[in-house]
Amino acid sequence: MTAPLAGPWSPDVATSDAALRRFLHGLPGVDQVGAEARAAMLATRSIKREAKMWALDTAVSMIDLTTLEGADTPGKVAAMCAKARRPDPTDPTVPAVAAVCVYPDLVRVAVEEVSGSPVAVASVATAFPSGRASMAVKLADVRDALDAGAQEIDMVIDRGAFLAGRYGQVYEEVRAVREAVGSALLKVILETGELATYDNVQRAAWLSMLAGADFVKTSTGKVSPAATRPVAVVLLGAVRDFMQAGGRRVGVKVAGGIRTAKEAVSYLVVVRETAGEEWLTPDAFRIGASTLLNDLLMQRTKQRTGFYSGRDYFTID
Amino acid sequence: MTGIETTESTRAAAGPVFDYAPAPESRDIVRLDPQYGLFIDGEFVPAAEGRTFTTINPATEEPLAAVAEAGPADVERAVAAARAAYEGAWGRMRGRDRAKYLFRIARIVQERSRELAVLESLDNGKPIRESRDVDLPLVAAHFFYYAGWADKLELAGFGPQPRPLGVAGQVIPWNFPLLMAAWKLAPALACGNTCVLKPAETTPLSALFLAQICQEAGLPPGTVNVLTGAGGTGAALVSHPGVDKVAFTGSTEVGKEIRKAVAGTHKRLTLELGGKAANVIFEDAPVDQAIEGIVNGIFFNQGHVCCAGSRLLVQESVADLVIDRLRERLTTLRLGDPLDKNTDIGAINSAEQLDKIRLLADVGSEEGAQRWSPPCELPSRGFWFAPTIFTGVSQSHRIAREEIFGPVLSVLTFRTPEEAVAKANNTPYGLSAGVWTEKGSRILWMAQKLEAGVVWANTYNRFDPTSPFGGYQESGFGREGGRQGLEAYLDV
Repeated sequence: MTAPLAGPWSPDVATSDAALRRFLHGLPGVDQVGAEARAAMLATRSIKREAKMWALDTAVSMIDLTTLEGADTPGKVAAMCAKARRPDPTDPTVPAVAAVCVYPDLVRVAVEEVSGSPVAVASVATAFPSGRASMAVKLADVRDALDAGAQEIDMVIDRGAFLAGRYGQVYEEVRAVREAVGSALLKVILETGELATYDNVQRAAWLSMLAGADFVKTSTGKVSPAATRPVAVVLLGAVRDFMQAGGRRVGVKVAGGIRTAKEAVSYLVVVRETAGEEWLTPDAFRIGASTLLNDLLMQRTKQRTGFYSGRDYFTID
Repeated sequence: MTGIETTESTRAAAGPVFDYAPAPESRDIVRLDPQYGLFIDGEFVPAAEGRTFTTINPATEEPLAAVAEAGPADVERAVAAARAAYEGAWGRMRGRDRAKYLFRIARIVQERSRELAVLESLDNGKPIRESRDVDLPLVAAHFFYYAGWADKLELAGFGPQPRPLGVAGQVIPWNFPLLMAAWKLAPALACGNTCVLKPAETTPLSALFLAQICQEAGLPPGTVNVLTGAGGTGAALVSHPGVDKVAFTGSTEVGKEIRKAVAGTHKRLTLELGGKAANVIFEDAPVDQAIEGIVNGIFFNQGHVCCAGSRLLVQESVADLVIDRLRERLTTLRLGDPLDKNTDIGAINSAEQLDKIRLLADVGSEEGAQRWSPPCELPSRGFWFAPTIFTGVSQSHRIAREEIFGPVLSVLTFRTPEEAVAKANNTPYGLSAGVWTEKGSRILWMAQKLEAGVVWANTYNRFDPTSPFGGYQESGFGREGGRQGLEAYLDV
């Protein structure tokens, strides 16, 4: 393929702020109106019957079931893990979720509760959610979570540095965390709600991918707006381009504010029609959510039986 | 690092995992009579000679209804009714009262929009997603917009007390049947004219439903008349001496005939004709959105769009990238049942049009351009044509010069902006153009240089009732939409 998209990019692009800037600002622009129009069009797709049933189950299997509150307790995490392993106690055909996502101090509890199941334990780290700490503290945070048994690390980038154009600093931070994380899965939270433009979203995604991210993730869930469909369109386009330009398959995680089955299914439509079906697996697409799971179960029951059950037929955690 | 690599091969072997199940819109919402008459003087009446023709669903070839075919006697009656209304109730009515009727029509269109969208897809073959999300909202918006002008004509810049012209004879095409009816009727009525509307032979039904809506809105009889029929009916209408204003949207060929027919008469004329628009992609374009713009430019409404971006001009440095991306994107287009809510490409409107598209596509191959279509199964009944791209096209090829009016894109490349402008303008048409670049100054420069009535920047096929629309050269003259659209129906 031809410039400017394809490169050939190499580690050279990360030798300096200036080199990174040249590369990131050389990516094709994202037209805001066009990206939003595309996302709106994809939201009109009507998913019915067996396609819906497939989508609901797949969405369940892509969930990172999350609790990130100051008020979290070992008991709450244990209950969430039980739900993660077996989302619907009355129906064993419902798949387990992909992972549970907790603060580092609760990783040990979660690891114990999900042991023997396919559910992974993810932990936020690097001074989540603001990312405002020294590199030493961030790396200590990561090691702490890994030592406790976390298999996946959700790090945040320093948005201040990114917006100030200190791309080299952000790159080095992601690289350092990548090294610390080793063979565990690294998800890089861009906090797109703070990045102001889709161009910046695209640049932050490329920066993270160049630095070794396994996933690029929209949001912490602590900032509004969190995940949006247009942002998902941009991210999925970026991971597709990265792969086509000779990179790896990087995953996308949308997180924050996705509460209904309908929204979740519409994100799967965006995945299918932007990055392609190869991304329709928990290895390449995740949904960070908490209340979403119950709505998926409810819709699933409705698809199966033809009736809606009351909320109380689904456990709250 | 992840398990992705290992699952990839098993996924690929499993084939498509997320096939959308059929999601058809219910057609029961539309109740069709077996037979429809002409709408003259506020009533539905059979044609004087009793002739009818059948309109079919182009997606299945099943007959939908028999429709009266208006002859010279019917044209006589309709023009007389329009004249009487012009000299009577409608002509004497104050602008604010005309506005009231137009607002009422707009609201009824909104209330019945689902029904009208299904009807439009049945009779025309266009996907329900487009009739529901584009045609119908624009129809209502057009009536709302011109309703607002009806009592403010003295502020439109055409003099202190602009007068209407009288009886308007309006002939419209089959590509946007209801929307074109709205484009014609709304400004004409807002200005105080009365109308005789001739919808296209293959898509008469929605205009007849609009006639019912006029009845329901209590529009004075004769203010709007609808004569269904073929070319002969249209010819009789435009040459009728009682018509003061002729407005035509359709092919350049017929437009030329009409211009000859009205030459030497007192009739005012506006024509909105064919096009062979250039959609120009610069190397700094937002690529993903440009791809959407290309798709929307040529595959929207199966390419049955006079302003379709049928000539893609790509800067050579990004040509391979854009063509690769475009091919990938085309494989996700869904062709099939127009009533399925997930359909992107519907049916070609008629067998005749399909023949024309096939002919020109074959010519493209013979001329040496490379033809490509995505793998795409066409239904066995009905009129269908797969989305098609021709690369390696040069200016001299017929597929770069003639309007195909189908889902066929000709791709050309250019090196400098000057070359892009020269190629874009090298056409007898001049209806529309598109420019894709992140550079604002280049957009303004291109917009000045391009000889086209509409220039879209970083978008394509976007319509709005407040924006004037019309052509240069053989794409016609006169503007529809906006304040400028009033001029065609005022004595200025």
